[in-house]
Amino acid sequence: MTAPAPAPTLELRQIQKRFGSVQALRGADFTLGTGEVHALLGENGAGKTTLMHVAYGLVRPDAGQVLLEGVPRAVGSPRTARRLGVGMVHQHFTSIPALSVAENVALAAGWPVTPAPLRRRVRALGERVGLPLDPDLLAGRLSVGLKQRLEIVKALAAEARILLLDEPTAVLAPGEVDELFRVIRGFTESGGSVVLITHKLDEALAVANRVTVLRQGTVVFTGPVAGQTTASLAQAMIGDAELKTAAVLTEVKLSPREASSVPGPALVRLEALEVPREGGFGIAVRHASLVVHGSEILGVAAVEGNGQRELLRAVAGRLLPIRGRLEVAGPVAFIPEDRTSEGLIPALTLTENVVLGSHPGDPWLRRGRIDWSLARHRTTLLLREFGVVAPGPHARASALSGGNQQKLVVGRELVRAPQVIVAENPTRGLDIRAAADIHTRLLAAAGTGAAVLVYSSDLDEVLRLAHRVVVVARGAVLPVAPGATRAQIGELMVAGAR
Amino acid sequence: MRARSSAAALALGLLALALSLHLAGYDALAALGALWEGAFGSWYALTSTTLVRAVPLIIIGLGIALAFRSGAFNIGAEGQFYAGAIAATWVGLHVAGRPAPVAIGAVWVAAALAGMAWVAVPVLLKFRFGVLEVISTLLLNFVAEALVSLMVQGPLQERQHIYPQSDPIAEAARLSVLPGSRLHAGFALALGAAVVVWYLFARTYWGFKLRAVGAGAQAAEISGRIDARRITAVALLGSGALAGLAGGVEVSGVSYALFQNLSPGYGFTAIAVALLARLHPLGVIATGILFGALEAGAGAMQRDAGVPAVAVYVVESVVILVVLLADAAQRRAPAAAKAAAIRLPA
Repeated sequence: MTAPAPAPTLELRQIQKRFGSVQALRGADFTLGTGEVHALLGENGAGKTTLMHVAYGLVRPDAGQVLLEGVPRAVGSPRTARRLGVGMVHQHFTSIPALSVAENVALAAGWPVTPAPLRRRVRALGERVGLPLDPDLLAGRLSVGLKQRLEIVKALAAEARILLLDEPTAVLAPGEVDELFRVIRGFTESGGSVVLITHKLDEALAVANRVTVLRQGTVVFTGPVAGQTTASLAQAMIGDAELKTAAVLTEVKLSPREASSVPGPALVRLEALEVPREGGFGIAVRHASLVVHGSEILGVAAVEGNGQRELLRAVAGRLLPIRGRLEVAGPVAFIPEDRTSEGLIPALTLTENVVLGSHPGDPWLRRGRIDWSLARHRTTLLLREFGVVAPGPHARASALSGGNQQKLVVGRELVRAPQVIVAENPTRGLDIRAAADIHTRLLAAAGTGAAVLVYSSDLDEVLRLAHRVVVVARGAVLPVAPGATRAQIGELMVAGAR
Repeated sequence: MRARSSAAALALGLLALALSLHLAGYDALAALGALWEGAFGSWYALTSTTLVRAVPLIIIGLGIALAFRSGAFNIGAEGQFYAGAIAATWVGLHVAGRPAPVAIGAVWVAAALAGMAWVAVPVLLKFRFGVLEVISTLLLNFVAEALVSLMVQGPLQERQHIYPQSDPIAEAARLSVLPGSRLHAGFALALGAAVVVWYLFARTYWGFKLRAVGAGAQAAEISGRIDARRITAVALLGSGALAGLAGGVEVSGVSYALFQNLSPGYGFTAIAVALLARLHPLGVIATGILFGALEAGAGAMQRDAGVPAVAVYVVESVVILVVLLADAAQRRAPAAAKAAAIRLPA
């Protein structure tokens, strides 16, 4: 007689969910064993986040069951989920900026807010799980990495046994990623279970025991990580029918670093530039000197909040330097970090979003009036040229997937053949295919003589794209010797960082 | 979709009115009948009460739409209306003997400038010190009302110094009326203004920039390199100018004099007018006439059914609430899956 296998700690059975005309989940199954780190992979819109939102009570499924420890449960709200031991760390932060770290933890865990004992308790918890935090700091003052740490501590304080992490590494520097993985392993060793939603295949391979791949709302693969490779997982995510595309993608990834041959003319020149901190007081960039040539992709590596944002925005003409020299050839294209709050306006149509990027002298501007039919026509062409999947130019930008929104922004900026291109995290949150498309566009622009500045919080992306890399740390621009390793660059980023 | 929820809002508002009348012991049917009669029952009722009341509502409503579309909340149209009325009266008393177009033009320009000046204070406070325009424009309403009171008992009081009101303005400054009615030329102005604002929003680059700032100020600044503060400031000034102009039109077309309570709350009702029209300038014409009818019918309702005229404010309040709720619900129930993915836990 064999003992019955223990019930999985979390099981989702045949989950279906439709949002309007989009079938987000088509009978998805998911099983999380106790003590397991389970990577949940899939392209954008595959339904990863939605599936976990079902487990966390944020999304009510149209059909299907949620079982915790083998017991069917109605998880109607995040509050219920937390009571049942499920915690989630979202892509965005859910702490209250004006409250201290300790108060935020107390709020999440329902602890009494007596200052001294609370402070001790929060400090002790942080140290126990390997995520130390100063309980007295205001949550709003924490760096991005520490904010995420607070989110995890909040979930643990609420005694979560199951942690759902939605792309937690997107905002972290390489060193911080390793730290996060240590914490995840520690948590599972003490009996907890983790679901790691991610785009990054190597992370899934590095930290997970099991992996589930979603494609268009359906589970296409689930099994142990052992024996999987980035190639096999990428194939599962994208699908057999499009293996050819995937092959093209791999080629694209390999080519750029060799591409640099003869540098073009200097199109961006900074001398002793000082740039103020965005939306606040103080200096973000000090004494920065830099030259970027045509046909060159300059990669900027930095830990969030070290002045790289201000540096790029000064070059893009979006932020006025305090002193120093800044010469930038025009026209300049700018691809801002956050497509839905900075790159485009979701409530406006695609045509209107293209018009939003108007430069003086654009053909649809006629002495203060807008020729909408011409703008619509140009938008239709742009959608076709840049492969934006959309119902038409009259659709609202909010109706597009993240990848298509980004393609629209990139298309709008690149269609006027800019001399200088500034891009911040151009592929954040995009699936492999959309990201590869954006990369191809940037490479092509450099190929035709543009100077490209790219910052990405994903160091691998910087290394993959750039001909030359600089690190921005504490507002200083530090050159990176050609041939420096990933580890050396990471060290420079962290050592110089605040 | 939007038109449908606007219609639903109106229906719910009327239903709420009927229900509250019934609960208060009135004959709801008779009251609503009187309301209809007073608003649309005759040619005279339509032209001389409904449309006359619609004029300030449409003009102010356009101003509200201008500000709201740019993302600024001008709650001070009532005060700007009074500022316009004061200026219009003062100018109107000094243009005797001028040709009518000059006199009327001077009155209207003065009124618009006064409304603009009245909102300039909140604009300055907003951009210099970060004071919310919702609060500053609202509070200035009380100041404007006090100023009217001061004027009609002081510098602008009629010659005999008995009544708290001004002398009638010069004949030259009075608007011509449609024969057999009290409908004045201001109605044409209101229609024209609606077309101008529509053209501004729909066809001009500046109007597009205004809408972009209202729909997403950050993206407008970063991607559109639009000076959002400047756009908002100009939109608020234009909004005040329209409200002031409405005050001038009221003085030159209806009252011919300044007195307290010249406005039965036009500046506030116009917010409902603009919201029910979903801030669409041509829609404002329809909703302005609708609320003009409600205001006109309210008088008849009081006279013929003994129901206090203020009861119609039930309709206004319910309409505002339903429209705001419908908009909020629309924002919360997006069509795409990704929108659900960014929803925060409550």
